[in-house]
Amino acid sequence: MSTDSTGLPPTPGQTVGPFFGYALPFDGGADLVPRSHPAAIRLHGTVYDGAGEPVPDALIELWQADEHGRVAQVQGSRARDCWTFTGFGRTPVDDTGHYSFTTVRPGATAGVQTPFFAVTVFARGLLHRLVTRAYLSLEDAVAAGDPVLTSVPEDRRHTLVAGEDADGYVFDIRLQGTDETVFLDFGEA
Amino acid sequence: MTQTSEPLSSGPDSASASQSAIDAEMAAISTAYDASLRQGGRAETQPRLDYAPYRSSLLRHPTKDLHHADPEGVELFAPVFGHRDVGRLESDLTIQDGGEPVGERMVVTGRVLDGEGRPVRRQLVEIWQANSAGRYIHKRDQHPAPIDPHFTGVGRMLTDDEGRYRFTTIKPGPYPWRNHRNAWRPAHIHFSLFGTDFTQRLVTQMYFPGDPLFALDPIYQAIVDPAARARLVATYDHDVTQHEWATGYTWDIVLTGSRRTPMEEETA
Repeated sequence: MSTDSTGLPPTPGQTVGPFFGYALPFDGGADLVPRSHPAAIRLHGTVYDGAGEPVPDALIELWQADEHGRVAQVQGSRARDCWTFTGFGRTPVDDTGHYSFTTVRPGATAGVQTPFFAVTVFARGLLHRLVTRAYLSLEDAVAAGDPVLTSVPEDRRHTLVAGEDADGYVFDIRLQGTDETVFLDFGEA
Repeated sequence: MTQTSEPLSSGPDSASASQSAIDAEMAAISTAYDASLRQGGRAETQPRLDYAPYRSSLLRHPTKDLHHADPEGVELFAPVFGHRDVGRLESDLTIQDGGEPVGERMVVTGRVLDGEGRPVRRQLVEIWQANSAGRYIHKRDQHPAPIDPHFTGVGRMLTDDEGRYRFTTIKPGPYPWRNHRNAWRPAHIHFSLFGTDFTQRLVTQMYFPGDPLFALDPIYQAIVDPAARARLVATYDHDVTQHEWATGYTWDIVLTGSRRTPMEEETA
């Protein structure tokens, strides 16, 4: 699919900078469901730079379908009422580069075999936002013939797959270096 | 790119390079880009992720090409924001904290459009900025300029049916940062926007016309195409300026095209 050649040129991105801290994070931003939710799981990980050091000033956004594969389209994605699942989360990393969301396991959306979390990464030093996917299981996704995972070279596929721990999933993000995360381009520019 | 004069052991954020060294690096990248255009290369509409004059990008840019994907499932949609997400007074940054902030009061307005020129309606626009002295209210901002007790520098609102947004605020000041010796950022306002698809998500910065710091700033110059970076500069608009009250600026924002098959909602 090519972009419309008669279209308007997009506004360029710029870094989120280090001082987003009092503007973008909001109460409950990391909690897509309350921890007491019967299906609550944790999705968490650490953002690393090319030297393997944690990035302490990144911001992560999460966007996902609910357990049944439904994409919420109700207003109030930034509001938190503890009842409505909006599928949107946003959290800064802590001083050790670690982020953590409380959420549910996404289901597969209509027409898509393999469920995934859609993840956006912002940070000082990162001149334009990066987007990626966190899949839940490599074997299932490849078995399902997921078009993105199967098109990624085999030795990099694991960077798109969240590991499992006792509470849910672990998805580390490596901006550079060995095991650099596969970041996606939707052909938008 | 050569790094010969800057031992890496001094660290990418050591602020040791001179402005003239940074200028020379930026000029070399610009010259190479011009040459590639002359040879039929593509214009670049987004900043380079690997822009070495911006030292913080050295260890944080992906070294491998982004992997092409067609958006599917949840990616064909975006979060939906509404009046539950935004307080009515949050678009006026001059009334948030019990007194008048210091500085040049101004109105910033414009439209949010998608790549086909359609208004992006009822979408969340978030902004944040330094005060008129160039200081953010943030524990990591150590610039010794005054904190304005009446200015938090945070605003948000929803676009209207024409995709229009409108903020009242104070013109931010330029401020020093530690990219290199005597580095100063041009005055700017940060913007965060979503659009209707996950793929349209954008965080960017709006600048002011005629800023003498543009040519010196490696964040602005990381958009190597001059026409593309000019799209981040607002226009002074006397029709937006208000009699004895505020100056006015206009700035339109274009998100990428929607990738979703058009639905009835868009034909209404």
